[in-house]
Amino acid sequence: MTEVALPRHLLGIAGLDRAAIVELLSLAASFSEVAERPIPKVPALRGKTVATVFFEPSTRTRLSFESAARRLSADTMTFTAATSSVTKGESLRDTVETIEAMGVDALVVRHRAAGAPALVARWVTASVVNAGDGAHEHPTQALLDCYTILEALAPPGAELPGGGDCSGLSIGIVGDVAHSRVARSCALAFEALGAAVTLVGPRTLLPPSLEGWPVAVASDLDAVLGELDVVYLLRLQTERMRQARLPSLEEYRERFGLTEGRARRLRPGALVLHPGPMNRGVEIDASVASEHATLVTRQVRNGVPTRMAVLFRLLGGAR
Amino acid sequence: MSGTERRAAREDGRVFVARAAVMDAADVRRALVRIAHEILERNHGTADLVLVGLQSGGVPLAERLAEAIAAIDGTPVPLGRLDVAFYRDDIPLRPVRAESVTSMPVELTDRVVVLVDDVLFTGRTVRAALDALADHGRARAVQLAVMVDRGHRELPIRPDYVGKNLPTRRDELVEVSEKGVVIGDLVAR
Amino acid sequence: MSPVGSAVGAGGRGTGTVLVRGGTVVDPGGPPAGRRADVLVEDGRIVAVTDGLEVPPGALVLDAGGCLVGPGLVDLHTHLRQPGGEAAETVATGARAAALGGYTAVVAMPNTTPAIDTASVARDVLALGRPATCQVAVAGAITVGRAGERLAPLGELAAIGVRLFTDDGRGVQDGGLMRRALEYGRDLGVVLAEHCEDEALAAGGAMHEGAWSSRLGIAGQPSLAEEAMAARDIGLARLTGARLHLLHLSTAASLALVAAAKAEGLPVTCEVTPHHLSLTDAEVASFDARFRVNPPLRAADDVAAARRACTDGVVDALATDHAPHPVEAKEAPFEEAPPGMLGLETALSVAFSVLCRGDGPTLSPAALFGLCAARPAAIAGLDADGQGGPLQPGAVAHLCVFDPDETWTVSGAESASRSRNTPYEGRTLTGRVRHTLYRGEVVVRDARAQR
Repeated sequence: MTEVALPRHLLGIAGLDRAAIVELLSLAASFSEVAERPIPKVPALRGKTVATVFFEPSTRTRLSFESAARRLSADTMTFTAATSSVTKGESLRDTVETIEAMGVDALVVRHRAAGAPALVARWVTASVVNAGDGAHEHPTQALLDCYTILEALAPPGAELPGGGDCSGLSIGIVGDVAHSRVARSCALAFEALGAAVTLVGPRTLLPPSLEGWPVAVASDLDAVLGELDVVYLLRLQTERMRQARLPSLEEYRERFGLTEGRARRLRPGALVLHPGPMNRGVEIDASVASEHATLVTRQVRNGVPTRMAVLFRLLGGAR
Repeated sequence: MSGTERRAAREDGRVFVARAAVMDAADVRRALVRIAHEILERNHGTADLVLVGLQSGGVPLAERLAEAIAAIDGTPVPLGRLDVAFYRDDIPLRPVRAESVTSMPVELTDRVVVLVDDVLFTGRTVRAALDALADHGRARAVQLAVMVDRGHRELPIRPDYVGKNLPTRRDELVEVSEKGVVIGDLVAR
Repeated sequence: MSPVGSAVGAGGRGTGTVLVRGGTVVDPGGPPAGRRADVLVEDGRIVAVTDGLEVPPGALVLDAGGCLVGPGLVDLHTHLRQPGGEAAETVATGARAAALGGYTAVVAMPNTTPAIDTASVARDVLALGRPATCQVAVAGAITVGRAGERLAPLGELAAIGVRLFTDDGRGVQDGGLMRRALEYGRDLGVVLAEHCEDEALAAGGAMHEGAWSSRLGIAGQPSLAEEAMAARDIGLARLTGARLHLLHLSTAASLALVAAAKAEGLPVTCEVTPHHLSLTDAEVASFDARFRVNPPLRAADDVAAARRACTDGVVDALATDHAPHPVEAKEAPFEEAPPGMLGLETALSVAFSVLCRGDGPTLSPAALFGLCAARPAAIAGLDADGQGGPLQPGAVAHLCVFDPDETWTVSGAESASRSRNTPYEGRTLTGRVRHTLYRGEVVVRDARAQR
């Protein structure tokens, strides 16, 4: 029987078409059901080993991937830069080749520099999953966000919520888009599923060129707030003040924060998402955050089945 | 062949060409009614009974079986749908895709589960289903109902209820649908 | 005064009688397409340039059939990395790469460790260059340690023959300091060469700021970082009347500024690199750090403008900015790798392809040798050593024999450089240097280094 070609890596949403995204979301739906079973674990990847290789600290993403791997019955290995020989000056290539030599089938890579997972993919024979690279992409975050939005808006009972279709939805991504890998991946994924995406933020926090981006841009949150079905708030890094991109956190909150006042002007049923961790009182008021806490929790919870879907898709099947 | 195999075969460019009709729609209906009676007889009614259709071919048969049982006994039987993709033993060998989301209306602990599938062949799908069921609770007993047993078992698995025993060649294909059961071959386009 | 001492023949290696036969002689001042002629070399000097020369007894005959025979090329911008960076390159390996690229002279940039900011360091590098396979001149630093704070001893360096000064790798950020450097240099008759990059505007960007940097999430540096400093320095040239050379210009607007300065009659020259004539920022989508360079690869419009500036006469010289880095330094994520790419061995092939056989306006072979040999030799004062042509009896035999039709596949592993970071890895180029004669010595024969 001829084998169907499988992707070997997940390096970004760029390069995935709608069908590929929908397939991953369908698998995520199957794994969501697995999570509700008395024994939330399947033997699908028995004998496989997944290594999380994090050169940048992120406990929650790492735990989410490791949990996903274990629920697929894969073994896991953990490598974090702080506890490793990277501090002794070992090169990225040496590090990943050493880890691969221990016998791993997938490397889940997070790195502070854009493109690091793409380089790793060139050096190793294992599958590589991008768990966030610099300001480039964070594809599994975008997939779990798509899933969360579809799940929240779809009637209950659908196998893949909403059939994987976001057309007609207006989604605003608010904040520090320029430095956000989440924003890049989400803009591409939301658009691929048919949503209309608007980037909202001060010019200093938007990418210098949006040529080729399938998005609209707004510098006034209040002007677009009432039209958004989904408000996706990005985390604001406080170091942006030092780079003269913002006068102060207070001024950012005034212009772009989801304050109580703005929350009242949201469309009825509008969703508020945040990739976490939140700066309460900066991009979102504490009371608004509590009010919308369920969905943010769902984002975290959906991370596991979404990452199970990715690992299963990359590692299930012949090589 | 499993549904997954059939789909993979179609993806590689081959198509199913029917050679002979083995059962017609009325034969299938009669077989279902007979199996419904056999299930009720063997289990002394519907108490603790759960029907579980295997995605995708077993699900419509399980639905019809549930209707037939309800028509005879007057009691509705809980109906589950089980996708075994993540439990298959051939995941490392070739692409395996989830057919559909599993749904289990009740926990299976202390229930009597009747697994329903369209065609019993190597037994590997049923093996995977037994593993999958175990993750939904410890059933008191698991029984197996199939419309067609075509032989060629690779595992020690035997059906409890059979619509028709059908001797086949290994490379043939058996398809079960509402219209009946046909036997044929996969042919390159 | 020559930075390498005697350039000519006497006591040189293997400089007997050589006949370069069957080629088309291309002189920057001669007929645009060149003329059929053999070139006879004896004891390091050209003795005859005539069609159909007899083979003298004992002469080595080099086949130049189908080839252009021009003056040896002169690179105004070579990083030889010695002292301090011997893991990446040495004077000897860099000179060998230069010879393979048809170069008979290179100007070594001063961003070594220590920097070439004193006569003693300059003398060391010149000494290393003396036995090399091409002439090695040095550029001196403008400021002590290239730190941009105090003037380096320009007079002391000029006194041992240094003609070009630059803090290359960095621009001189302080406009007041650059003004004084130009004023001081004017008295010495030297050229001040600027690496145009306003560091505040560049803000550490690792690539060109534009559509690609935005998409890839890599911080970019705007074209303005280069243009602002080019504009400032042109203004300073006007103010001081000093000779200014702008290194590796890469944007359409920078080149327009130079065109205007030249129209005004200011003493400003500029260079562009082969990579800025042939590659765009789209290459960075591979995240391959071999495409990280400063100034960064620019947008397609800038590449087109740079080519036009070459054919329009705005550009004075093609310079390689040959910048070797060890394999491990370039096997890093793009943002963490050092900028720079190899250039010596591929420069003429790339330049010939895009400028003489490109889609747009083209240069004649004679004009190309002008950009690669005659003009840079004049800018660096190396014409005094017989660099840059013309090919005539009595001239020092610095020759580059280039086969415009040979195709070859670039491989960093086969480079004579100690480093491997060519941006053309795996690509097939048309046109290759077949032979190079340096002071009459055949240093490259049939595209093989002879020592």
